[in-house]
Amino acid sequence: MTAEEWTAVRLSLLVATTATLASLPFGIAIAWLLARGKFWGKSILDTVVHLPLILPPVVTGYLLLLSFGRRGPIGSFLADEFGIVFSFRWTGAALACAIMGFPLMVRAIRLSIEAVDRRLEAAAGTLGANPLWVFATITLPLCLPGIIAGAILGFAKSMGEFGATITFVSNIPGETQTLPSLIYTLTQVPGGDAAAMRLTLVSIAISMVALLGSELLARRIGSRRQTA
Amino acid sequence: MSLEVDVEHARGSFQLRARFTAAPGLTALFGRSGSGKTSIVDIVGGLIRPARGKVIVDGQVLVDTERRVFVPAHRRRIGYVFQDSRLFPHLSVRHNLLYGRWFARGNGGAAADLGAVVDLLGIGHLLDRQPDSLSGGEKQRVAIGRALLAKPLLVLMDEPLASLDEARRAEILPYIERLRDEAGVPILYVSHSVAEVARLATTVVIMAEGRVTAVGPVLDTLPLADANDGGSVLDATVSRHDEAFELSVLTTAAGELQVPRLNAPVGAPVRAYIRARDVMLSLRPPEEISALNVLAGRVAAVTPISGAQADVRLDCNGALLMARLTVKSVERLALAPGRPVFAVIKSVSFERT
Repeated sequence: MTAEEWTAVRLSLLVATTATLASLPFGIAIAWLLARGKFWGKSILDTVVHLPLILPPVVTGYLLLLSFGRRGPIGSFLADEFGIVFSFRWTGAALACAIMGFPLMVRAIRLSIEAVDRRLEAAAGTLGANPLWVFATITLPLCLPGIIAGAILGFAKSMGEFGATITFVSNIPGETQTLPSLIYTLTQVPGGDAAAMRLTLVSIAISMVALLGSELLARRIGSRRQTA
Repeated sequence: MSLEVDVEHARGSFQLRARFTAAPGLTALFGRSGSGKTSIVDIVGGLIRPARGKVIVDGQVLVDTERRVFVPAHRRRIGYVFQDSRLFPHLSVRHNLLYGRWFARGNGGAAADLGAVVDLLGIGHLLDRQPDSLSGGEKQRVAIGRALLAKPLLVLMDEPLASLDEARRAEILPYIERLRDEAGVPILYVSHSVAEVARLATTVVIMAEGRVTAVGPVLDTLPLADANDGGSVLDATVSRHDEAFELSVLTTAAGELQVPRLNAPVGAPVRAYIRARDVMLSLRPPEEISALNVLAGRVAAVTPISGAQADVRLDCNGALLMARLTVKSVERLALAPGRPVFAVIKSVSFERT
């Protein structure tokens, strides 16, 4: 593999990991709100969270460009106040991936929170645990398999994200050129087929390792619960 | 400890309106399923917010809807043993037991020592197991221990034995008795089993259709309990064992009773429950009959219950005995208050205390 290809692989892993870890706390919070909350506008929140799943990725990318670009309202605020710049940076790619993977992540976590027996939470309350402790010591550990599944889904989505990323942060080698972007580029140039094929195999391998890893983790949690 | 409950609550078409005060010891909430017993303990435990009313434990107001007081469950220090033990599946037995202790630190009160509670409930060998691997009886003992270690001011038990078979119940009952007598923790105990209540309760609160119909000491109150399963409770002591016939002889205020050999030492106190339908009455001392137990007494009251049947309350030398007869028999024997009779007892269920 060429240096350019390695760079794209490394960048993709960095972007996907960052996107997954940074969005996980928000994903858990939103999933909990949707699973347990009773508030006005809940179905609106649900719809907004699912929007990236339904919209064409290019549309999501364009909306990100409009709002988080250097001249967008959020983008200019973050750049002026905190010096955080998303547009045409790898952080922008991570943001696009996080948003695109978010609905999948929230869905998996929400289902597992809904499956937690609320009677156990009530029991923890009678033992003196306030709602925050109940969440940390009962709800969270019991829905851990769902959180892992949600994180893996988000990671996989991030590894494959193309449309929103290329629209928002373009296809700059070494900065925003992720694996899918490079594969796309290679298919557009004569003689790029062999390289595209290599990267396709790398992409398949990464996805399978991630999936196997999550399976093993889920099984270990399950067996610890049975025996230890 | 005192517990004062005066609440109103509606759940669908079901109306709960209950008021009672519980004395120290074990207070049993007794009634059929659907009579509102569980709603009461859920209100006391803070799992349900009542529409109106007050709950006061030891002078501490937990709920007062008029003054808009509602202490959340986690600040009440009320232990709750659920029918379905509700052990945390991701924690070992040890960590289940210790779960509440951490939150209770600095609360003072009864020393909640893991070792003592483990000994009391006989669960030392289970500490490193996971809840999934425990039997129903073991789970309930762990659940009781978990509630105790949170240093509660009051323990609620919602039919803790209902999901268990007879053998498992027999396994747990002694532990609940020890809890009542040794740990000194007041208990509010929900049950629809007369035998359980007769054995465990100090005070009985009888409920029917969302109302409290009677409150009082178990000996006086339980006989009024249930129109379909009335009976009476006699306090007794084992006076001797008849090894030849494998019988035990008990002394009660009403007289001697002979029962199948009890596994209790001479002098041990026992509490006998005699179902009203297991008592026959005779105007003359019955001779040459198979029943071993005949007590002499006087009719105290005759209460018709439904069409054909009536309950006859007997005063047997100060002890109360109930007999369920047909109205026809009552008329044939001309049973009226003051009339001397002999009660033939067909069977007795004995409960050690």
